[in-house]
Amino acid sequence: MRRAVLSLFTTVLLALFLLFITLPVVSLFLRISPEGFFHSLTQPVVLDALSLSFVTATVSTAIVVLFGTPLALVNARRDYTGKELVDTLTDLPIVLPPAVAGLALLMAFGRRGVIGQYLDIFGIHIGFTTIAVILAQVFVASPFYIRQARASFEAVDRLYEDAARTLGASPMTVALRITIPLAWGGLVSGAILSFARALGEFGATIMFAGNFQGRTQTMPLAIYTTMQGDMNAAISLSIILVVISFAVISAVKIVTRRKY
Amino acid sequence: MKVSTPATLVAVTLMIIAGLLVAGCTTTEETPGETTLTVFTAASLTGAFTDIGKAYEAQNENVKVDFVFDGSQTLRTQIEQGANADIFVSASTKHMKALQDGGFMDNSTVVPFLGNSLALIVPVDNPAGITGLADLNKPGVKIVIGTKDVPFGDYTRQMFEKMAADPAYGPAYKDAVMKNVVSEETAVSSVVPKLALGEADAAIVYKSDVSKDDLTKVTRLDIPAEYNVVATYPLGILAESPGKTEAESFIAFVRGPDGSAILTEYGFDPIPA
Repeated sequence: MRRAVLSLFTTVLLALFLLFITLPVVSLFLRISPEGFFHSLTQPVVLDALSLSFVTATVSTAIVVLFGTPLALVNARRDYTGKELVDTLTDLPIVLPPAVAGLALLMAFGRRGVIGQYLDIFGIHIGFTTIAVILAQVFVASPFYIRQARASFEAVDRLYEDAARTLGASPMTVALRITIPLAWGGLVSGAILSFARALGEFGATIMFAGNFQGRTQTMPLAIYTTMQGDMNAAISLSIILVVISFAVISAVKIVTRRKY
Repeated sequence: MKVSTPATLVAVTLMIIAGLLVAGCTTTEETPGETTLTVFTAASLTGAFTDIGKAYEAQNENVKVDFVFDGSQTLRTQIEQGANADIFVSASTKHMKALQDGGFMDNSTVVPFLGNSLALIVPVDNPAGITGLADLNKPGVKIVIGTKDVPFGDYTRQMFEKMAADPAYGPAYKDAVMKNVVSEETAVSSVVPKLALGEADAAIVYKSDVSKDDLTKVTRLDIPAEYNVVATYPLGILAESPGKTEAESFIAFVRGPDGSAILTEYGFDPIPA
């Protein structure tokens, strides 16, 4: 009896909570006509934001994977002094508010920044460029890949690696032929999450890269900007981001399920 | 089945619901004797209205003035989407007019109360060597302006249009300047810091955006009156404001000697009541 009451109660709570999440998302779809949506998709501001977001998020995910994979592998397999510190630092961007990330990047790579002032001598300016967008995305998105990659490497049974090694495989061969293929599902889901975080990045980008259509105005920035004038464009871009986010989470679920 | 997990879930959810209910109540119910005025204020007035609010609260202990500072367009959208506010202070007549037409304002209370004009600002060390508008079309100058939908960005474009129409500058000047724009900001409040950090070489903002503190980091260059655009700021009480009497008294204070003195100090030109 008690259990029945409890399960009824949890069902009601679950329903209420789902409603709370779904209602605002569904409202986005209700506030625009299909014609309005498709018309917005032809607006230069929307098209520019879409292509810029996809290009930058792809590049920053590639950078994260390239640098993050060896780092995750080393941290999963080796013990060294300062490992805890490295772990904490790689996780740091997850908890830092994006505004802090943006300001920090500005202090480092801005024209008068710690590094930026020397780049300035060579005429290299990062602020207000697409490079700045990518740096902001790499900064905020990297932990999502590195954490997942490390956990996946740790889950790989070391017996296989040891076997390959006793058969004469080099560490590189072991990593490429044994460890990475066995951790593949986790690596892919980490990369997808990282991509999604890069796509949604707003705060660090607007502070560090500025807001310029076609160059630094990614989808979240375009949503903020078009909300000031063209609500349809803002809603359309938001809908696209909702759909992508949903697809990303589903993809991660499918990829990680296949692993087991 | 473990009982503890759903039980914890239930407890947490109840706490969240309780929290929401409490939050909901506090916004509708007020402590007796104390009124809260919510003033939606254009971002360019952040400094001046913060000071005015403090001065007003000091004189009226039973009133608390809450400001929401953002771009006028954002505030307008929020009001159109049902945000609760008592007073709207806009940096442009356009957005006020839209709200008036939409029935959101108590139209008899809407008045132009403030003038503001554009200024050209450069970092104090002025790396691009800018001495005036005539230098903005030089190749490589990094300029920050507002997006076309926020008032200061709209006025900036109007200014460049005026210059393009003048043979002394011409359309080629305007095109070259627009090519030098590296960022279009949505609120004037983010422009001065970017310039102060040396990220950009020049920006067009309101004369009033440069505070006394900022003058150590940026230099303000005047824009000739024939190209300058004078912005008129209207303010008014919302049709659905629950505290119209208090709102009227606050507006009287803004337009009175104390409010005018603060506004003048910030570089605005109050329009006499």
